[in-house]
Amino acid sequence: MKVVVQESEFDPWKEVADYQERYLPKGRHGGTVVFVGTMRDFNEGIEGISSMYLDHYPGMTERHLERVVNDAMQQWEVMDAFVVHRVGEVRPDDAIVLVAVWSRHRSMAFDACRFIINDLKHRAPFWKRETTPDGTRWVSGNTTDHGTK
Amino acid sequence: MKVNVKFFASMRDRVGRSDDRVELAESATVADLWKAVSKEALPENTLIAVNMEYTDIAHALRDGDEVAFFPPVTGG
Repeated sequence: MKVVVQESEFDPWKEVADYQERYLPKGRHGGTVVFVGTMRDFNEGIEGISSMYLDHYPGMTERHLERVVNDAMQQWEVMDAFVVHRVGEVRPDDAIVLVAVWSRHRSMAFDACRFIINDLKHRAPFWKRETTPDGTRWVSGNTTDHGTK
Repeated sequence: MKVNVKFFASMRDRVGRSDDRVELAESATVADLWKAVSKEALPENTLIAVNMEYTDIAHALRDGDEVAFFPPVTGG
């Protein structure tokens, strides 16, 4: 299990491939579920968002993410999980977050991945400040995942 | 006792600083701390952490605690 909070850009697909190559034993996992969150250039009815600043609480953010990933791994018999989250300045089309989960069967990986990203969105201490054509604004709330409670 | 305080995101803008160190009476709570750092009422949806664990405004503080005030989170 690994949680990374970083300022630098990352290629989520390369990260997943590299992590799997390095840490997953060959022939043991049956399913990999990957969620990638990407920055949009529109939000809450406003077009033309040119950049976004991601604030976080160093120390608490990492601790919170590690706990939720551990909880998911125990609850769904996940073999391994990997989370990367950007902080600092991000631009449209940049990957903001990666959640990758490996398990023996697909249902465990789907459930665990959804659990991790939903907890991250509602509980992990990150905050977005968007730069719009009219200036900057803190984003007031996250979108709801209509597929879950 | 003395506690360290951190403010994040819009809460930082609201109080005009990112951190503070505050002297409080023994047995003070998070509510007492907020009164010491701001004249405004604590916004209803504010999240509170003590020593990097979520808690509530009634939490009793100890010397050296790190207390954080921040708005609802918007990561991911």
